[in-house]
Amino acid sequence: MTSGSEHRVGPAWTEEERGEPTTRQDFVYRPRSLSGMVFRQFLQHRLAVLGMVMLVLISLSALFADVLAPYDPTYIDPGFLNDAPSRAHPLGLDQIGRDVFSRLLYGGRVSLSVGVVAVAIYMSIGLVVGSLAGYFGGVVDSVISRIIDVILSFPRLMLILVLVSVLGPGLRNIMLILGVLGWPGVARIVRGEILRLRVQEYVLAARAIGVSNRRILIRHILPNAMGPVLVAATFGMAVAILQEAGLSFLGLGVQPPASSWGQMLNQARSLTVLESKPWLWVPPGMSILLSVLSINFMGDGLRDALDPELRGRD
Amino acid sequence: MTQYILRRVLVSIPVLLGITIVAYFIMTLVPGNFVDTFVSPNMTETDIRLMEEKLNLDKPVYLQYLGWLRNILSGNLGYSFVTRGPVTDRIIDRAGATLVLAASAVFLSYLIGIPLGVLSAVRQYSVVDWAATFVSFVGVSAPSFFVGLIGIYVFSLRLNLLPSGGRRSMGMDFSLMDQMRHLILPATVLAWGYSSRVLRYVRSSMLDVIHQDYVQTARSKGLREYYLVFRHALPNALTPVITLFGLQFPMLLGGAVITETVFSWPGLGRLAVESIHKRDYPVIMAIILVAAVMVLIGNLLADVLYGVVDPRIRLGDGES
Repeated sequence: MTSGSEHRVGPAWTEEERGEPTTRQDFVYRPRSLSGMVFRQFLQHRLAVLGMVMLVLISLSALFADVLAPYDPTYIDPGFLNDAPSRAHPLGLDQIGRDVFSRLLYGGRVSLSVGVVAVAIYMSIGLVVGSLAGYFGGVVDSVISRIIDVILSFPRLMLILVLVSVLGPGLRNIMLILGVLGWPGVARIVRGEILRLRVQEYVLAARAIGVSNRRILIRHILPNAMGPVLVAATFGMAVAILQEAGLSFLGLGVQPPASSWGQMLNQARSLTVLESKPWLWVPPGMSILLSVLSINFMGDGLRDALDPELRGRD
Repeated sequence: MTQYILRRVLVSIPVLLGITIVAYFIMTLVPGNFVDTFVSPNMTETDIRLMEEKLNLDKPVYLQYLGWLRNILSGNLGYSFVTRGPVTDRIIDRAGATLVLAASAVFLSYLIGIPLGVLSAVRQYSVVDWAATFVSFVGVSAPSFFVGLIGIYVFSLRLNLLPSGGRRSMGMDFSLMDQMRHLILPATVLAWGYSSRVLRYVRSSMLDVIHQDYVQTARSKGLREYYLVFRHALPNALTPVITLFGLQFPMLLGGAVITETVFSWPGLGRLAVESIHKRDYPVIMAIILVAAVMVLIGNLLADVLYGVVDPRIRLGDGES
């Protein structure tokens, strides 16, 4: 998105050493791993680096919540309900006297882990289903594609709500539901990539020397299809965090006494809290916004790094 | 053209059937039997059996499904557990509000997204482009309920400019002004994330077009920048945006669930949340069925419109 077209893989020698002016860029072959190259490109992307730093900080604060939190997130201080922020309680106390800052740190664990687990589940399903559709084509492909069409026709959030109402709320069910419903998008990407790759010459060459279908798919096609999938996984994590937050905000997500950011916002739905106790709803809202934002920045950087043609576009 | 439309419609039919099957399948996951909720203590075993028979519950699942499908096709979406009234009436009652909200949000997003997208493509890497990029990132990253709460806090509670919820003021006669005032906040919040996507989409499609040969030719023969952008590039850059509508419509309806809840907007999304809290399954099922069909129709319209605008789509056999 930013500069990057000037990025040189490495000059073989400087102009002085060579003794003649160069008009072209000179490249020398230095073996490099793809991931190394991608990471180097990624670091060129200012917003992506900013996102990575923010996300690392947020993740660390969630990971070490039990060390960092000044209070037990479920400890109730009955004398000081709704207390405004003070030195003892940097973000104040909630309606039943729990420390907001501690709950925020612990809430981060829930919100971030939903993102990771849900995406891990649907990536695995999507990869398998998409590979089947893309590689075998024909009837398999038509059937799978129609199933994907059907699932994508339902407004996602409504379908999630319905499944929550049937299976019951709670952290585990939410991870499961988000995981089981997310795969069609990934499957569609994988399918498209495989359709693109399987007619390429190197695949044809592999087939000509008698490499088995399975091996062609796993060794030769899938690794090359991973770029867009990784990007989708990154953006998917942001979406999953937003979905969990939305569910918990509606009171259908993580159940008390556990806290998640969305659930903390759920308690701000009364106009009095909204008006006079901003410390109850601004910090969790900002936490969601910042985590999702940093993941989206990273996704954008990753996409640019993986696909130089797309740089500067969207 | 007729052939193209016909082909699109034919492709949609299996999807429509699939939608009804999925909706029915979820309904069978619901714990307990539908009769249980209607059983009263003074019913005998035979009464219950008779009722089960009437509701086809004694038949195999696929026959139950076909019976249910026949009802749906004749416009009967079942009966609410809570009000005992027909679900169809409640849906019709609420669908209008959701459509008004969604349509306003779509209109607003294009109003904001298209000019900003064009501007940031034409002035690529300028301050405007940077700001638009950043704002659109915040747009897709901010949870709609948080944006909604901020909107209520600022415009209703602090500035006292706009109502914080509902579709009209209590105890007031119908007035268009009043309804518009109630619409502004929820429509803006719903449009917030969507317009960010429109912006990004228009920007990238505009960048594609600007770098094409025919635009370069027009520029090299000295065409003024204004004509270049608005007459040559923009019409072609906007055609893919039609696809975006098809892609984003489900998201819009899903987003309506949260926006309607935050602003107490009496639409389908809020009805869904209310019904889930009351465990009113027939209503929930009907809502997702209706929503999915609306999405299907929205996609079909986008496809047809795309075919009208771009002959390559219509004539090519690009069937995926």
